[in-house]
Amino acid sequence: MNRRHTLSVIVVNEPGVLGRVAGLFSRRGFNIESISVGETDNPQRSCMTIVTTGDAPTIEQLTKQLNKMVDVIKVVDLTEEPIVARELALIKVNCSPAHRAEIEALIAPFRADVVDVGRNALIIQTVGREEKVAALVELLRPYGIRELLQTGVAAMQRSGAAGPVPVDKKEAHG
Amino acid sequence: MTGAEMVAAALQAEGVEVVFGYPGGTVLPIYDALFRYNVRHVLVRHEQGAAHAAEGYAQSTGKVGVCIATSGPGATNLVTGIADAFLDSVPLVAITGNVARASMGTDAFQEADITGITTPITKHNFLVRDVHDLPRILKAAFHIAATGRPGPVLIDIPKDVQNSVDDFTYPDSVHLEGYNPNLRPHMQQLIKLAALIKASNRPLLYVGGGAIRAQTSEAVRTLAEKLHAPVVMTLKGLGAFPESHPLSLGMLGMHGSYAANHAVLECDLLLALGARFDDRVTGEVASFAPNATIAQIDVDPAEIGKNKPVDLPIVADLKRAIEALLPLVEEGNLLPQRQAWVDRCRHFAERFPFAYDRTATILKPQAVIETLHRLTHGNAFVVTDVGQHQMWAAQFYPVDAPHQFITSGGLGTMGFGLPAAIGVQIAHPKAQVILITGDASLQMTMQELATVAQYDLPIKVVIINNGFLGMVRQWQELFYEKRYAHSEVVSIPDFVKLAEAFRIHGARVDSMDGLDASIEHALAIPGPAVIDAIVDPQENVLPMVPPGAPLSAMIGWWSKEEEEQEQQREAALYGGRLT
Repeated sequence: MNRRHTLSVIVVNEPGVLGRVAGLFSRRGFNIESISVGETDNPQRSCMTIVTTGDAPTIEQLTKQLNKMVDVIKVVDLTEEPIVARELALIKVNCSPAHRAEIEALIAPFRADVVDVGRNALIIQTVGREEKVAALVELLRPYGIRELLQTGVAAMQRSGAAGPVPVDKKEAHG
Repeated sequence: MTGAEMVAAALQAEGVEVVFGYPGGTVLPIYDALFRYNVRHVLVRHEQGAAHAAEGYAQSTGKVGVCIATSGPGATNLVTGIADAFLDSVPLVAITGNVARASMGTDAFQEADITGITTPITKHNFLVRDVHDLPRILKAAFHIAATGRPGPVLIDIPKDVQNSVDDFTYPDSVHLEGYNPNLRPHMQQLIKLAALIKASNRPLLYVGGGAIRAQTSEAVRTLAEKLHAPVVMTLKGLGAFPESHPLSLGMLGMHGSYAANHAVLECDLLLALGARFDDRVTGEVASFAPNATIAQIDVDPAEIGKNKPVDLPIVADLKRAIEALLPLVEEGNLLPQRQAWVDRCRHFAERFPFAYDRTATILKPQAVIETLHRLTHGNAFVVTDVGQHQMWAAQFYPVDAPHQFITSGGLGTMGFGLPAAIGVQIAHPKAQVILITGDASLQMTMQELATVAQYDLPIKVVIINNGFLGMVRQWQELFYEKRYAHSEVVSIPDFVKLAEAFRIHGARVDSMDGLDASIEHALAIPGPAVIDAIVDPQENVLPMVPPGAPLSAMIGWWSKEEEEQEQQREAALYGGRLT
């Protein structure tokens, strides 16, 4: 049964690593819904948050293939874990001066911000879970969305949880 | 010390005896350093040959093979050999030059993004951006290539990095945070495996190339004998267990033996040792080993359950795992059910061996290979190319020693044979090295005959010349209603004259008369020889499991009636306890 998985992949922070990881997905036929990358507190390492879909054997094979890469230090499947997962979206929406107050009222419950105002458009920034971002986008759609950019998910395990076991090379006995 | 000198010094520190390569603009500093450091170098005639020669060297010794090429076309010519090494888990270090850092990304002369190109076909690769990193990268490359599941590693060194100067200390070891192969077997899993073995009446060892890479033939043999279990081998596993041993059923899979494939169908416990359930082995994977509990030992966790779900996985170095397993299992030859199982397998091996028409007047390809086996006492290194002759070599030149049978299994690279044979002969100067090739395969890399001549390598090249891309022709006959689209090799060179053009002894044989004499003469002369054996163009490789079909669908030289009669007779003997 296919389901969505959120993987946190700690990699060596070197040029070309993103390309290697992305290439693995395409050549072995795994799909990527989103990928976001950034340096961690240790500048030698980056963290990739990858959202992917697959059945259990596919995700198992994917994590094994990721672990095989020399540049990959750790893979954690956060799917079953208590996590904070957020993405950021920038939405440029049509907005005549007459509609500005209406739209500002509309986005207020989402705690979204207007970050740019033009004569006939606004740029709205929102940060949150994917469902929240999607709901806001749907509400704004009737006004006419000119551009939409989403960063992909960044996910972090909540403090206080026991902590997930890395899908580690040493734990791969099945 | 310059970066180029660091390369030469690192090769010496790693104990590299020989490198295979071809110079060019961006590796001139490295070539100059190799020259000054007296690193032995074999000049091939095409970079693909350098990669395959390094593979032949590595596969026949268990050591890391090294090849060198210049940037651009030199590097891209290595690609087929690197991919071949990747699929057959061959420890290989490929060193390429690249244009100077300032020119990279500008489409400079002879520039190619070789790390980008080889990322999918290397275990790992490096682009050296700073000469300061070079000692560590060289150490890491050899470490990664040789440990865990071996494989090719490429190091791309821009020319200005080769000329840069820095202090050189070659590290004794290297720590890679993301690379730490698990070698130690999990004891609980081994105890579970021992229990499965104890409960099994019909165990079968399915041995792959991993057993040869792990240098564990001795332990495999001890295990087979202790369990009293028959052994089947993949193409790449041939030699991991002696084929002359009574427990050997030979090769399994698409062109495997009846006994081997039926043992897979009938076993109740399949123990996969360094084998990866490749499609050429399993046929229809769902019906592979249908009655068996499957246990798999492999050093690569990603191979566990990749193609076929397994009941008991063990991630470990194969040698360590088997050695740890041995004290946990009991002697199986005392068990009557094991003896009955072995007897049944042996009976099938004797009743349905690899066979061909020995009464034919036309020269049969199998006869050439059997004759080679007889006249070399089964002791030669056998290197093959890819196609029908490769399968006949696997069937009719049984080998008893690991590293003895060298072939391109995973990638199936026509043109692999001649350069690989060069690597084998360089590694083993006094050994008898036979290349069994085809008229089409040889034409893919035949320029390496010049390398054979230059270094006076006493390789005996035997061309199974049927005037066709034989395996393609066979598939067209069987699956494309005999429409032989472009499989006939219309203009074949005169291989005898070709050999002579390279100042190599050449001879032609086209009948059983003279076959022995021709081969005996070639074996007796001190230098290289080419024998052009003109064989039956219509001969097919049998048995054959059609692609994607279950192993039970294998087509043989026997009739279905004969097979059924034999199965019934055996079932009666066996007491009908099979399923």
